[in-house]
Amino acid sequence: MNEPAVLTVLTAMLGGAIRVSTPFMFVSLGECLTEKSGRVNLGLEGTLVLGAMVAYAASYHTGNPWLGVLAAGVAGSVLGAMHGSICGLPRVNDVAVGIAMMLFGVGVAFFFGKPYIQPQAPRLGSIPLGFWSDSPSLKSALQVNPVFFIGIALALAIAWALRNTRWGLVVRTVGDSAAAARAMGISVNVVRLMTTTIGGFLAGVGGAFLSLSYPGSWNQGLSSGQGLMAVALVIFSRWDPLRCIAAALLFGAAGAIGPSLQAIGITQGYYFFNAAPYILTLGIMIATSSAKHSARDMPGELSIAK
Amino acid sequence: MSNAPIASDASREIVSPTATPPARSDFADRLRANSEYAVIPLFALLIAAVLFALFLLAIGKSPVDFVAYVWRGGFGTAFSLQNTLQRSAPLILTALAVAVPARIGLIMIGGEGALVLGGFAAAALAIPLINGHAPVTLTLILMAVFGMLVGGFWVGLSGFLRYARGVNETISSLLLTYIGIAIMNFFVEGALRDLSNPNKPSTMPIGDAYMVGKIPGTQVHWGFAFGLILCAALYVLMTRTTFGFAARVTGGNLRAALAQGLPVGRLIVACSAIAGACAGLAGFFEVTAIQGRANASLAAGYGFTGILVSFLARHNPLAIPPVAILLGGLVASGGLIQRRMDLPDATVLVLQGLIFVVLLTSETLYGRFAIFRPAGGRDRT
Repeated sequence: MNEPAVLTVLTAMLGGAIRVSTPFMFVSLGECLTEKSGRVNLGLEGTLVLGAMVAYAASYHTGNPWLGVLAAGVAGSVLGAMHGSICGLPRVNDVAVGIAMMLFGVGVAFFFGKPYIQPQAPRLGSIPLGFWSDSPSLKSALQVNPVFFIGIALALAIAWALRNTRWGLVVRTVGDSAAAARAMGISVNVVRLMTTTIGGFLAGVGGAFLSLSYPGSWNQGLSSGQGLMAVALVIFSRWDPLRCIAAALLFGAAGAIGPSLQAIGITQGYYFFNAAPYILTLGIMIATSSAKHSARDMPGELSIAK
Repeated sequence: MSNAPIASDASREIVSPTATPPARSDFADRLRANSEYAVIPLFALLIAAVLFALFLLAIGKSPVDFVAYVWRGGFGTAFSLQNTLQRSAPLILTALAVAVPARIGLIMIGGEGALVLGGFAAAALAIPLINGHAPVTLTLILMAVFGMLVGGFWVGLSGFLRYARGVNETISSLLLTYIGIAIMNFFVEGALRDLSNPNKPSTMPIGDAYMVGKIPGTQVHWGFAFGLILCAALYVLMTRTTFGFAARVTGGNLRAALAQGLPVGRLIVACSAIAGACAGLAGFFEVTAIQGRANASLAAGYGFTGILVSFLARHNPLAIPPVAILLGGLVASGGLIQRRMDLPDATVLVLQGLIFVVLLTSETLYGRFAIFRPAGGRDRT
């Protein structure tokens, strides 16, 4: 492989990392917030797919892609609120409800999404940050969507709020010890309902990015496990919103390897590189988990790693 | 972390040993207590059906038509009923892939991946055997065993990672499903692709001579019979043997199991491997009785519907076949509903998701109705 080819792959991976990471970022931020309150929502894969469908449909009908983003967030919050309220009932298992919500969300998205596979909806515009460069590949790599920056701003805001506000303290208390929270007079279920709803909103917005920016169309194979991987990312990020961003970028780069190599004509191992993000997720989970003690910084009420 | 039914009779009144039970047969008491596990899921099905009917009305379709088409497409005629039984075979086997780990407290959802890889492994092994003109029975047995081994390894891996590294088995088993499908696609579109078939990347067809036949007198392949046998066998294994008892103790209370010196790791891996082997067998039958080759059609979602079947059956192997037939009929009538009612093929997915959500919500109802409690507060064990 000669030098420019390596460079092409690296710039394509940079651009890919930014593009591919955005949905990961939103879903893992949402899940991070939900898990901080001591509950796991495995259904975000379904939320992501439904968000993508709703965003595409809303953008198609209104002509405004940002309304699509908003609609996706609302649809995601509805699913989140469903999960949050069902899990608030006694003796209901949040992991199992997550699986059910995943199947339900995907089913609803496919049901209503069928008429939108063909038509073209207005997509979200990007900011050309590569204006200073002459290289067309770098220019296209630095076509960054504003949603990416919104995600980073949100991560900073959530990280700050969790650490420094009363609201953040309440969420963390509920997540670490429901009994202590109850003793403080906090309604555990209401807090968890709220964090799950907000988490659903964020995952829905992540879905909107999938259908309205990159890859930028709606079809049934759009997500294939990205929501699930984002949930796994949260464990790796040790429930820290800022580490979620870093992990999402890492995943974006891993997901971009296959298409980048294809761009310079290497198609061998295409399926291997397609599977790379799943293998990487599993590898990270194996490397960072331990059978002896629970994960570092894990909210004490979390059922997922007990 | 699981809601295995063993743990669900926690809220019982403590009875003093001197209290004499009223004159009622032990059987009536047990019937009364156990009917809760049938009545509440049926109630959940009813609620889901009502919600789905409202959904259909809201989009301007007739729920009555829907029921009529499900009946016609899934149960009404001899042909549709046999088609349903045929489709329920992979559902029974993939439901067992959820039910067995559930007994040991694991929520494994990797049945789809084990089905796909097991089917692919069987089809791949068939290529050299058929080229070498191996005897049909021997070839099929080797294919089935290989498919079960590969499926068992795949889900067993999730179990091993759970025990050895504390990796969450729900997430890892679903990730392994995606990886398994990618592995099959890699081979099917590459090294093992049948180049004489330009339409759909597939492995070499195994040929009519090597296909698994139908159960005599029916149009249903043998996978259904094997599913029923395995349900009975695994019921006995999980409820009537030392192994099953040890597994249920582990699922009920991990610390107690460890304190008793039970081989927890081996139990977890064994239950997961049994689960994967069931799903792998489903893949074997899909290849040798339906598709005739391995290709992307193997990932038809049976593994995911199997999750719902197992939860509806409350992870009880004996309850799995009727539930699988019910949902198999729903899946089988999907095509008819799509054509006649002009509904998308995802309609069945919506209904399944709705049933699943309502069913899990109904978990909260257990232990709330006095009618299911044995008279006189008698303890049931």
